[in-house]
Amino acid sequence: MTSASRIRDPIGDASAPPMGRRPDGRGSARRAETRRKWYEIVVLTTPALVLYVMFVLVPMGFAVYYSLYRWRGVGPPTDFVGIRNYVLAFQDPIFLDALRNNAIIVVGSLLIQGPLALGIALLLNRRFRGRAAFRLLVFVPYVLAEVTVGIMWKLLLTDDGTVNALLRSLGMGGLVQAWLADIHVVIWTLLFVLTWKYVGFAIILLLAGLSNVPPELTEAAAIDGASWWQTQRHVTLPLLGPTIRIWMFLSMIGSLQVFDMIWVTSVPSMRSLGASATMATYMVDNGFFARLWGFGNAVAVILFVISFVAALLFQRFLLRRDIRGATTERVN
Amino acid sequence: MTVAANPVRYPSTRHRALSWSTPLTYALALAVAGVSITPIVYVIIGGFRTTPQIVADPAGLPDPWVWDNYVRVLAHSHFWRQTFNSAVIALGTTFLVVVLGMAAAFVLARYTFRGREALYTFFTLGLLFPAGAAILPLYLLLRNLSLINSYYAVILPQVAFSLPLTVVILRPFLSAIPGELEDAAAIDGAGRIGFLWRIALPLSRPALVTVGVLAFVASWNAFLLPLLVLGDVDLHTLPLGVQSFSNQYSTDTAGILAFTSLAMLPALLFFTLAEKQIVGGLQGAIKG
Repeated sequence: MTSASRIRDPIGDASAPPMGRRPDGRGSARRAETRRKWYEIVVLTTPALVLYVMFVLVPMGFAVYYSLYRWRGVGPPTDFVGIRNYVLAFQDPIFLDALRNNAIIVVGSLLIQGPLALGIALLLNRRFRGRAAFRLLVFVPYVLAEVTVGIMWKLLLTDDGTVNALLRSLGMGGLVQAWLADIHVVIWTLLFVLTWKYVGFAIILLLAGLSNVPPELTEAAAIDGASWWQTQRHVTLPLLGPTIRIWMFLSMIGSLQVFDMIWVTSVPSMRSLGASATMATYMVDNGFFARLWGFGNAVAVILFVISFVAALLFQRFLLRRDIRGATTERVN
Repeated sequence: MTVAANPVRYPSTRHRALSWSTPLTYALALAVAGVSITPIVYVIIGGFRTTPQIVADPAGLPDPWVWDNYVRVLAHSHFWRQTFNSAVIALGTTFLVVVLGMAAAFVLARYTFRGREALYTFFTLGLLFPAGAAILPLYLLLRNLSLINSYYAVILPQVAFSLPLTVVILRPFLSAIPGELEDAAAIDGAGRIGFLWRIALPLSRPALVTVGVLAFVASWNAFLLPLLVLGDVDLHTLPLGVQSFSNQYSTDTAGILAFTSLAMLPALLFFTLAEKQIVGGLQGAIKG
């Protein structure tokens, strides 16, 4: 202990009466202390703040600016076209296909992965030998890079690939498809691969949520004579609400952004036909590779606005309750 | 968690519930795990076959087992170079995310000042900015800064986009450290920085590891940003390497299988080591 003046208010509020100091106190020491506090605040937050503003916020601002120009990316943009890039995007059938594909992936992911993962998680929500290993295995596809997994499935799903060979050998030759090269099939194939990759994430999230459900509740229900299904329906499921909604949120935002998987699995002609394009692949194909920078940035803004609005609506109607609940009435 | 960890509560009801459904549980668990892992195992084993073998019988086992594909990838491709690049970028990203995120979260948690909540809200706003949507202007910005074709072009934006979530995870953790500890530190002559360094940092280790693992995995798997900003082949990361190898040697199926397997390996190893943290981190994120 050096001296009483070293003691400061634990929350660092300079306006609070300083502890261990005479009321007639030395104002200059307090000012020095305030100055020092602000110095620390600035030094500690500035690096994070600068990076965040520079690489997250500024680019989105520039996207809006560039999107109003016809611009090939050389020199400063001069050819102001107003909202024409946006109009052009919505007039392009390929972009509309991309929107439809994104919608298929969003809705398909929610409707397939959700119930599937929920059923599996409820049935597996007990202690059994090898549970840890199970969690590890189910989680593996989620942790691998989308690109790696995409290339893997691309090899398995080619015309003379393993999946078709397997179908033939099982006597189901009628099901053989050009999985990734048939414009009517490709988006469903991609939905399947995305489901394979991400359903484990949903299962693990739900199992984590289930581990927070106090067993006393389900056991009380069982003692009252409720069947397994009734217990799940009326006790467990309502308690899982927050977990389900957070998963839905993450799944939705991820599905709107999907790029890597599409980019590496489907041949470019599939994308340019619209069969497998998503907003993100459309944006990169046009903005980056075709060097239509103004147009590409307009697509970026559309993608941003759709994700942003979806996130806000979701938060407004479904998540707010959970966030409030999480901070005020945590179970443990 | 603590409740669930007690296995001997109400043994009778547990037993009744278990008796009929245990085989079902195992069957289901096996089926789900099998679906998850079979394609991956197939690809790894496929790397031990030759392309003619695969063409003749796509679903068969190696006969004989050949090491040549793996040897070829390890000896002649850019595999090591790409692994090195991935490691530099992922470690750099993780380091900066942890250091900068910790510093900012510490201020937002332990200092009282005007505008603190506004600053926090400002950071959390970043959660609503999808990285994918900002990629084109981000490329232009990096080009103007002459950072294209450098590690920084990947690291700096990745750090920036990881910061909001990092701050959101770390702040409540740091707020939860009792004020008494800070008082005690003050009595011992430590300032706020001393408290940060000697008490807050060690105490937050679990949260820091979670944040670090999330940043590392995201960076290791990243594709779109490196694809646009790393034109130089010598700077390519593993995901770029997998893609360009599979395009370049598209007829060499066995080679692609081997390369893909090898590219999975570091992620699998790392994941096995960090699994508890990843799952724990997700759990913590849900609980708010």
